[in-house]
Amino acid sequence: MTTPLLHVEQLTMKFGGLTAVDAVSFTAERHDITAIIGPNGAGKTTLFNCLTGFYRPTSGALTLTHDLGEYLLERMEGHQIAHQARVARTFQNIRLFEGMTVLENLLVAQHHKLMRASSFLIGGIFKLPSYRHAEEEAVMLATKWLEEVGMADKADWLAGNLPYGDQRRLEIARAMCTDPRMLCLDEPAAGLNPRESAELNQLIKNIRDQHGCGVLLIEHDMSVVMNISDHVVVLDYGKKIAEGTADEVRNNPDVIRAYLGDDEEEEA
Amino acid sequence: MEYFLQQLINGLSLGSIYGLIAIGYTMVYGIIGMINFAHGDIYMIGAFLAVIGFTAIGLVGGLWTPLAVALVLIIAMVFTAAYGWVVERFAYRPLRGSFRLAPLISAIGMSILLQNYVQLVQGARVKPISPVVQGGFELMERDDGFTVNLSYMQIIIIVLTLVLMIVFATLIARTALGRSQRACEQDKTMAALVGINVDRTISLTFVIGAALAAVAGVMVTMYYGVVDFYIGFLAGVKAFTAAVLGGIGSLPGAMIGGILIGLIEAFWAAYFSAEYKDVAAFSILVLALIFRPYGILGRPEVEKV
Repeated sequence: MTTPLLHVEQLTMKFGGLTAVDAVSFTAERHDITAIIGPNGAGKTTLFNCLTGFYRPTSGALTLTHDLGEYLLERMEGHQIAHQARVARTFQNIRLFEGMTVLENLLVAQHHKLMRASSFLIGGIFKLPSYRHAEEEAVMLATKWLEEVGMADKADWLAGNLPYGDQRRLEIARAMCTDPRMLCLDEPAAGLNPRESAELNQLIKNIRDQHGCGVLLIEHDMSVVMNISDHVVVLDYGKKIAEGTADEVRNNPDVIRAYLGDDEEEEA
Repeated sequence: MEYFLQQLINGLSLGSIYGLIAIGYTMVYGIIGMINFAHGDIYMIGAFLAVIGFTAIGLVGGLWTPLAVALVLIIAMVFTAAYGWVVERFAYRPLRGSFRLAPLISAIGMSILLQNYVQLVQGARVKPISPVVQGGFELMERDDGFTVNLSYMQIIIIVLTLVLMIVFATLIARTALGRSQRACEQDKTMAALVGINVDRTISLTFVIGAALAAVAGVMVTMYYGVVDFYIGFLAGVKAFTAAVLGGIGSLPGAMIGGILIGLIEAFWAAYFSAEYKDVAAFSILVLALIFRPYGILGRPEVEKV
């Protein structure tokens, strides 16, 4: 048996007296889409924030293992998690660099490669061949992802002027330009219409199948969750209450209770 | 007419120097939203390094002038940049994430510290250097014998500033570093999430700002021939005025603001009163803050609900 891509062990995050995530453990596999679901306030986004270095967990271990090595995420700085451990994420409320063009947004994501090629400054000003070469490659990768998300004709738009659905897809493209091994999507389908939502499902599946990138997904839209996830983890009040395939979870009484309330409440 | 032309030349060269310093203010404000009040003193350090450099070159018997100037410029830029880095690393970075006024107070402290350090090490008296670049063109002469001069030094200042502006604009618009600076300016957390080392980007911003201030310092030393430990204060506040006038956070704005302040000062001194030229510059700051607080090229801040 191979080690899983992500191994979360006894993760706990406390804010003062409030325990947002309480001793949660699960694993996410390399070629899987793992969905994390739960009612509002269940601790899903907090979990993401721990994974991407926004918060330092109160206790627990987050181990990421892939072809580049083994990383203990709970000990790393945010920018190291992005460019060494190769974790990328998107946000529930979109966070693009709105004052930059679509293409620039994707180039910023390849910052490390380019900075090294530009010798941190000099090469970039004088356009040395090594830098020019690196930049051409970066633009090629950016263009490839723009085509993948169907926005090739909008490369020079200001990101802030894009329609909502495009902004969502651009955020995913930007995350993918960092060459991640694990992609964390925080409610990617929020605010999308059914057609856009279906396109998104296809995009996420492509990322899993063609780019060897594990996907971790927070989603409220059950059609997305049930359609594409290989594995579902259910949180409620910071605790894991169920885990399994979409079908297993759907019929789990604890999950039904968490979402719909107890029987007595229903009768009332 | 001749008199006017002469003032225009003087104003432009003075304004270029203010513009170079103003860029340091506006860049730092753009990226971390603080006014680096020690920036004027960083410029003063650049000026002192020029004095030291030219004196040292004089001691060893002198060099071919363009080579001497280039050498002093490079030395001053490198050492001043190091000062800029140290100031950021020890006076501002530990306070990041603290309340907004903390780095500002730290900056004022840093400014006093640098002034006193230079006063102690170099003495309080005015330091002169022997003229490095002399002469110039006589552009025209009036009947009563008044001549319009464009000195070689003024040409150097204006041309060098222009070149640096172009290099700098390319840097911001076209290179990976410039992109990461703009990214940090817009959203630091997101920048970190796409793998940008935010701390290092901020450090580099200070380093670049300090290097540009060093160029201004070297130019001023060569232009006026004297420096003292206190020049940083006045030049700093004027460059800050220039940055506000141009629209703080905007790089072309800083340059335009600098040139405007230089022109206003030169014309005010020529036509009204040389004693009150500082008053003119600061009145502009007051007027700008009252009527156009976001400056010439800045965008008004939209209140979001």
